[in-house]
Amino acid sequence: MLEFENRRIVDTSRPPEVPVKLVDDFTPELIDVGAHHLCPGCGEPIAMRLVMEVLAEQELKNRALAVFGIGCYTAFSNNLDCEVVQALHGRAPSVATGAKRADPNLVTFTVQGDGDMVNEGLQEVLHAAARGEQITCVLLNNGVFGETGGHMTATTTIGQRTKNTLEGRNTDDHGHPIRIASLIAELEGAAFVARGAVNNAGNVARTKRMVERAIEVQLLGIGFTFVEILTMCPTGWFVETEEAPAYLDDTIGVANSPGVLRDIAPDSQSSSSTTIS
Amino acid sequence: MTETAVGTATGTPRLMEGSEAIAEAMVVAGCRFFAGYPMTPFTEILESMAEKLPPLGGVCMNAESELEAIGMAWGAAATGTRTATGSTGQGLALMQESLAELTLARIPMLVINMARSQADYFQATRGGHGDSRRIVLAPMDVSEAVELTQLGFHLADLYRNPVMVYGDYYIAHTYESVVVERRDFGPLPAKDWALDGSSGGTGAAKLLSPLGDYKQRDDVGYDLADYYARVEVELTAMETDFAPMAETGFVEDAEVVVVAFGTPGKFVRYCVTELRAEGAKVGFVRPISLYPFPTEVLREAVRTARAVAVYENSAGQMIDDVRLALLGTVPVEFIGGLTMDSSAFGVGPDLQVPIIKQRIVDACRSAGYELGEGF
Repeated sequence: MLEFENRRIVDTSRPPEVPVKLVDDFTPELIDVGAHHLCPGCGEPIAMRLVMEVLAEQELKNRALAVFGIGCYTAFSNNLDCEVVQALHGRAPSVATGAKRADPNLVTFTVQGDGDMVNEGLQEVLHAAARGEQITCVLLNNGVFGETGGHMTATTTIGQRTKNTLEGRNTDDHGHPIRIASLIAELEGAAFVARGAVNNAGNVARTKRMVERAIEVQLLGIGFTFVEILTMCPTGWFVETEEAPAYLDDTIGVANSPGVLRDIAPDSQSSSSTTIS
Repeated sequence: MTETAVGTATGTPRLMEGSEAIAEAMVVAGCRFFAGYPMTPFTEILESMAEKLPPLGGVCMNAESELEAIGMAWGAAATGTRTATGSTGQGLALMQESLAELTLARIPMLVINMARSQADYFQATRGGHGDSRRIVLAPMDVSEAVELTQLGFHLADLYRNPVMVYGDYYIAHTYESVVVERRDFGPLPAKDWALDGSSGGTGAAKLLSPLGDYKQRDDVGYDLADYYARVEVELTAMETDFAPMAETGFVEDAEVVVVAFGTPGKFVRYCVTELRAEGAKVGFVRPISLYPFPTEVLREAVRTARAVAVYENSAGQMIDDVRLALLGTVPVEFIGGLTMDSSAFGVGPDLQVPIIKQRIVDACRSAGYELGEGF
């Protein structure tokens, strides 16, 4: 160990004296490589992991199709043992619509961020929901454009500092954020709408049950399914990694409280729907 | 029997509106997914597909905009389904982002552009970001549109790239007696890239991405520079393999050669034929593939010409390709012009035989070719 300003730091200028030993491989079945290229403390890998765990557990791995948007999470589009179509920024719901309509046997889900879904592609997700497309849209919402370095999106909360709202987002200059899950829950084509988070173990477990339910409802073929997942972005929020989970609770978590917003499916074998939140 | 750009049709002709004939041609070619947004004069193709596809188990989507129309087509084509979309003018402009990116994603589909005038030439042949390129086929009438629509699907699957058919208001709305029958253009490569979910969990799940098909498990990850270079090789191979298509007439001893495409190309062909009968040494070249442009055909056709005249119903766009093809060896004059009806959807007053004939005669005179009495 070296010291820098009284803090012990890991010397990475040469190989470690004692080689790292793999104790156990926690990589989920449908994620090819466990190590990812996203920032430390990012919530997106946790969200991706639980989606892929659900597909494996529901034995849907050989009929699943993921449609990815463009954002930091796109790093996972070539890291899954599940078929993937990469879409343009904002366009995943229409691409998923075409794939599912052309091959109804597919279990189709999109992975999009808030910039992708709520800024660039808002009409895509709203129309897909209104049409009752039998797809599951997964929103990874961290309230910023993480990939460009922390800029305001349509879900940035009032008061939140971003690179283009340096004094904090205010309604006079920047308008109000869009609560997308609440909006979609108003649409008759939507069968299941939920909002989860991955900033603590309880929320991760709850969110996984939401994804399970969304996929179950997709298989019932009764409408559009949607899971918003609040994720940490310490880099784009300009906070310390370990402070990010609490920062989530204090910002996007306040404006977007987790829970099931809509579930019109008749009670399936899993009766967990009413108890998710 | 009907002579067309790609052969002779032998079935029983039916009187059909161009839009319906094109829709019928898509269906017999095996198209089972179509998505569109209404816009004149593309609308009737969407109507026809909405009527024809569901009884066959196909899907026709009324998309909320052209952005979603081509997005839906992208997803359907990714499953290996023969897929088409289309629009015109501003609607086609909305599709350009996806249209260009489809080249990088290597997804085949047919795009029907029923242009309002001929001013979509630039965005048809050059539209979109990046280094994307696509074959563009421009029929002159309904019969040829039926054939080129089917050829378009074949070329899209052959080269794994979007192909565009460039129609116009006349072709959309003219009733013609046509034969629509399935054409076989030869074998195609298997769509082993198409997705149905089944490769998931095998350790080799398929990926269809404009960012490349490398997987992190292979220790590669995304390398856009490398992938774009690979696509460039495929595009160059496409351009080398595909023989540009054009029709020529009376060029062997022509003093002036007139170049025009699409419906105006058929008008010019008629005008040149009449002028020949009257004794004027004029010829014509009608590009059928706008991209790749029939450069060699044009160079060969102007060997005896003292000038080339270009007739387009626009301010002049294809004329750039004519000039690039001839590289200053022959003077090139524009004899077309922007012309449309007052709605700006339809056909303008300039598209008329006496007017075009007079402009060709004027072009002959300004090139120093003295026509005899009576012109």
